Amino acid sequence: MDNADVYKGLAGEAAVKVSVLFFARLREAFGIEREDIVVPGPAPTVSALQALLRQRGGAWEKELAPNRPVRIAVNQDMASADTPLRAGDEVAVFPPVTGG
Amino acid sequence: MPVRVQTQDFDIAAETAAMRADNPGIGAIASFIGLVRDLNEGDSVSAMTLEHYPGMTERALERIVQDAKQRWDIIEVLVVHRVGTLRPLDQIVLVIVTGAHRGEAFAACEFVMDYLKTQAPFWKKEQTSAGDRWVDARDSDDAAAQRWQ
Repeated sequence: MDNADVYKGLAGEAAVKVSVLFFARLREAFGIEREDIVVPGPAPTVSALQALLRQRGGAWEKELAPNRPVRIAVNQDMASADTPLRAGDEVAVFPPVTGG
Repeated sequence: MPVRVQTQDFDIAAETAAMRADNPGIGAIASFIGLVRDLNEGDSVSAMTLEHYPGMTERALERIVQDAKQRWDIIEVLVVHRVGTLRPLDQIVLVIVTGAHRGEAFAACEFVMDYLKTQAPFWKKEQTSAGDRWVDARDSDDAAAQRWQ
């Protein structure tokens, strides 16, 4: 286990490695289905991950802009911007749902 | 199992028969079937592809079923949702609710569909005369779900 895999609990100092899944329009826009991403500390959250992805520019910056309707789930539960991330979490990034 | 996500078609008669078998307490069965239409937003639709998030989708549907059972005095709920490529006339989704009385069964069936449309992770991509496009979420679906809050 390297440092990125370690979550230091209350201290929250460490970066964490999470597995990120992309669905539907976002998967196509980004050209990727799944990747492991290290989210920096000291308090890795959903919004920190979004900021990191936006910095990639291009489609990432456009699709993940704050005014876009993006949904995030952490470990298959809907999450919000301040949801904390822990090492090994499964994070899903997707557009509003359109089933039924 | 009250929740299924599958590529194959479903048969409402067979599903209903299985739900009511040997249960004389059932006095009402309400059901809904969603179908693929051949027209959306003014463009003809030749096919659509439904995608889901394996694991989370089933959990979300199970949560909706549990929620319905807590809100209404009903007996059982079945949700079957198809994924993959479907064409106009094809069935997409089936909801069946059994209960003692029709009022609770009707309401629960509508609730399950309204919540499914806004909370279960499924996404539709249409092949239309204007090209392929991802279907956008509708404000009217959000409004329908909010009625129950």
